[in-house]
Amino acid sequence: MTPVAEMVGSHRIVQGSGIVHPLGLASSTPEEERSLRDRILARAVDALKTDVDQPTVFK
Amino acid sequence: MVRIVLYLNQFFGQLGGEEAAAEPPRVLAAPVGPGRALTGLLEADEAFVGTLVCGDSYFADHPDAAAAACLDLIRPLEPDIVLAGPAFNAGRYGVACGTLAEILQRELGVTVVTGMYAENPAVELYRKQVVIVQTGLSAATMRDTLRTMLTLARKLRRGETLMPEEHGYFSQGRAMPAIAEKPAADRAVEILLAKLRGEPYRTEVVLPTFRRNAAPSRLGDLRDKLVALVTDGGLVPAGNPDNIESFAATRWGTYDIAGAERLAPEDYEVSHGGYDNRFVRQDPHRLVPLDAARQMERDGQIGRLFDKFVSTTGLSNPIENSRRLGREIAEYLRQQGVQAVILTST
Repeated sequence: MTPVAEMVGSHRIVQGSGIVHPLGLASSTPEEERSLRDRILARAVDALKTDVDQPTVFK
Repeated sequence: MVRIVLYLNQFFGQLGGEEAAAEPPRVLAAPVGPGRALTGLLEADEAFVGTLVCGDSYFADHPDAAAAACLDLIRPLEPDIVLAGPAFNAGRYGVACGTLAEILQRELGVTVVTGMYAENPAVELYRKQVVIVQTGLSAATMRDTLRTMLTLARKLRRGETLMPEEHGYFSQGRAMPAIAEKPAADRAVEILLAKLRGEPYRTEVVLPTFRRNAAPSRLGDLRDKLVALVTDGGLVPAGNPDNIESFAATRWGTYDIAGAERLAPEDYEVSHGGYDNRFVRQDPHRLVPLDAARQMERDGQIGRLFDKFVSTTGLSNPIENSRRLGREIAEYLRQQGVQAVILTST
């Protein structure tokens, strides 16, 4: 759904792992899932520390 | 006689520039500035009966008091038509014109028309309630704009039906009954063929436009910041205490997480009809990452996590309403001292 976020003008966008669980992954082990969540959140914190002048997807 | 009043800011009302922006409203009997041009456009049965002038900052700083004072000053003039502005691209002036127009229509039943440039923020705020003529960027088009405003005001008074494209004002988003020459299928095919041939065509379904806001500047460091978790994925406490709708939500809620390490699945449910939410119901952290955020707080990567998470439902919601929800949530978080937000969306 990141193209929608870009279209409406969100400035700092981090891709989640899916519509049904943006910060999880039901098919993986609980440990893997938690580590994925930590990584996505860390990326969000990095995005907040980065200057942008247009909608930007942080990968 | 059709009695006409003009509303101007301090600049066009010739009280002065920015140094006069704090001037409270007053009535000038003689036409000034654009008022002179306006008097030249009047028909025999129309009379210019006064100019109301108010400083832009005065109106912006005390909108309620300014509007009430303007109403009191205008009432004795017994206007049939009030033309507000045009404000072109001036934001404070535009908001003053929109506010005043809306109140005059409601309280006095007066016909009001204003004028603004497309990117004036007041267009989005008032175009639904007020007829706003599309103007150029600057006052170079003053005379033509006044003529259009006056023409539309006359038509409105006569009860004529206006069409935004034909009459040059911003769409008010109204659905109006009309008879088409051809059925929808024929029109759609014609539009498609024109598009394929590279010929001009006009869509009958105009998609919403998204105004671009300036990007908030970056935070140098989050180690001393208060950070909030917000979601539009509809996570709510069991029983949905605020009755947040599962689509086209009109409300948002704040839910206590002070001192909590985890969100227990049995304590929460999802009010969102737009995705298969069993995975989030199994583990709410898949939507609201409290566990990972607490870890970051412990590790010192963020200063502190705000004591509540904010939730609403982003599904099938008119843009206007989504904007309102966003604005309200942002205002609330700012009042609470929150400096950064991580918004998780499905």
